[in-house]
Amino acid sequence: MQNYQELEKSSNTKKIIYRWILFIILGIFALYYITPLYVMIVTSFKTMEEIRQGNLFAFPNSINLESWNVAWNGQGFSAGDVYLKTYFWNSVKLVVPAVIISTIMGAINGYALTKWRFKGDSWVFLLFLFGTFIPYQAILLPMSRTLGTIGISNSIYGLILVHVVYGLCFTTLFCRNYYISISDEIVKAARIDGAGFFKIFFKIILPISAPILVVTVIWQFTQVWNDFLFGATFTFGKEAPIQVALNNMVLTSSSVKRYNVDMAAAIIAGFPTLIVYVLAGKYFIRGLTAGSVKG
Amino acid sequence: MATLKINELNKNFGITEVLKGINLDINDGDFLVLLGPSGCGKSTLLNTISGLETINSGEILIDNHVVNNMEPSDRDIALVFQSYALYPAMTVKKNVTFGLEQRKTPKEKIAQALEEVSNLLQINELLERKPSQLSGGQRQRVAMGRALVRDPKIFLFDEPLSNLDAKLRVEMRREIKKLHKRLKTTIVYVTHDQTEAMSLGTNIAIMDQGKIQQCDTPKNIYNKPENMFVADFIGSPSMNLIEGILKDKYFMPKGSKDIKIPLNEYAFKVNINEERPVYLGIRPEHVYFEKVNSNCFEINLRSELVEYTGHEQIITFDYSNQQLLGKFSSTIDIQMDKDCNLNLDLNQISLFDKDTRGRI
Repeated sequence: MQNYQELEKSSNTKKIIYRWILFIILGIFALYYITPLYVMIVTSFKTMEEIRQGNLFAFPNSINLESWNVAWNGQGFSAGDVYLKTYFWNSVKLVVPAVIISTIMGAINGYALTKWRFKGDSWVFLLFLFGTFIPYQAILLPMSRTLGTIGISNSIYGLILVHVVYGLCFTTLFCRNYYISISDEIVKAARIDGAGFFKIFFKIILPISAPILVVTVIWQFTQVWNDFLFGATFTFGKEAPIQVALNNMVLTSSSVKRYNVDMAAAIIAGFPTLIVYVLAGKYFIRGLTAGSVKG
Repeated sequence: MATLKINELNKNFGITEVLKGINLDINDGDFLVLLGPSGCGKSTLLNTISGLETINSGEILIDNHVVNNMEPSDRDIALVFQSYALYPAMTVKKNVTFGLEQRKTPKEKIAQALEEVSNLLQINELLERKPSQLSGGQRQRVAMGRALVRDPKIFLFDEPLSNLDAKLRVEMRREIKKLHKRLKTTIVYVTHDQTEAMSLGTNIAIMDQGKIQQCDTPKNIYNKPENMFVADFIGSPSMNLIEGILKDKYFMPKGSKDIKIPLNEYAFKVNINEERPVYLGIRPEHVYFEKVNSNCFEINLRSELVEYTGHEQIITFDYSNQQLLGKFSSTIDIQMDKDCNLNLDLNQISLFDKDTRGRI
């Protein structure tokens, strides 16, 4: 009996020690990731004098919203004043249609590739899979030619097209992997009931696609909102999306580095993706793993 | 209410021949069961009838109309799936009426049909639920309701009971039988469960390797199997097949010179005079201790093994190094490793040619 008590004691101590090691490691990583955000936030509320004092981690003396105002509305110069307001809305106008179109098309593709098998469908899917490996840079030149030919270069529409085309491979891949886990018999039953391709998709498949649609929406939203390269290449001036504007703001402002304004602008530019993850992050994980585990 | 006829149907998946020259003739009101081991093509055959699979050659006729090139929805058939295939996002009510809505049936008629079917299958209380809130048996009912509500010409069932537990399976089996008795619709039913096939079908088509091995009434399938595959496949434990030689209307088991089983009463399909290697088939329940009729053959065998199953016991005997199984009531007490006198009921035997494996 004595022996068992000792064993129990030692295994309890072990458990506690391992727990603490785990917490400490997790804590270090959390700190590592949260520190830059903390610095950004506190800096954005500081005045330039405070920043020059060099206390990077110190709290601001007072909450100073001036830099946020400047980042959003500008300083009121007539020329050379870069601010985010216009470009933020540019990005919204770009992201909403680009995400909706690429998600819907990806879902239809995935549905067709899994539930309406045709000769060579696996080759088509392979091409989509290859599409996900194409780097951004590789499509810059052909895409700019295409946009020029269609006549929508330097416009939000052109940028929407670029993001839909580039994102389609990813959304198709996600949806295909999800739909392959849904029973084919449901589609067969609906065919016997007399429903056609789109009827089955909208009435039967789409209502049970929420988990994967959340994944594709988050993925596409993040990709399109955070994109700099396509925005910088295919638009200029007032048509540019927010990431391009942010870059211009930070690089082209006057000789003095306005750290507080830069930080505020960067937070504004990153805010929407942050919100999306906070709101839908739970579904994101669930959707990602939905395809791999049959339910 | 319809007839179904299949002529010389062939189906390939690439180079694999799945169905080879299938011929079937199903009368109005028949209950045909397609029975066979997995991979024999029975589900594929059902899918070609439904129109979900195309065929490579041959004809499918419903009510004497060739339906080869018709869409599944235009063939006026209903299919009940193994996984039930209920639409997950719709309520039971929506599931049942979806097909009628697609066919632009007037609202009053839909409501009427829904009421009839839900009364018939006792699913009235489930109508507002989603499929995920139903038990297996309830899902099965709804799936049948979805098929029944359209009042189709032919019902197709694709292993509808195999996802249910044993008790429920027997219950649902009885309900399907009742339903058929009441509605008298033509039914094609796929299963790999022979009890299900025997108890449900008016006809059974035994399939193996893409061919129909025998299509007949359950009684004939059981008592007069056309070939050794059918003989072996049907029955549990399966038919004893004793290897031997047929000579002058006598059967001589391999390895024993002095045993000669007379076959005077056996109904040969063709007259055979020459000596040839054959198998004699006798079902375990046609092996007796006592003499049950005048056409019995007495034989002395050694008991080896007993398997007790509750209402009966299966005893393995050694028959010159071939096994012979006998099925007896469990009330009889039998000693093992002892020579016993057994009677084989020669009215119930089957003979098969060793080379063609067909009945002779």
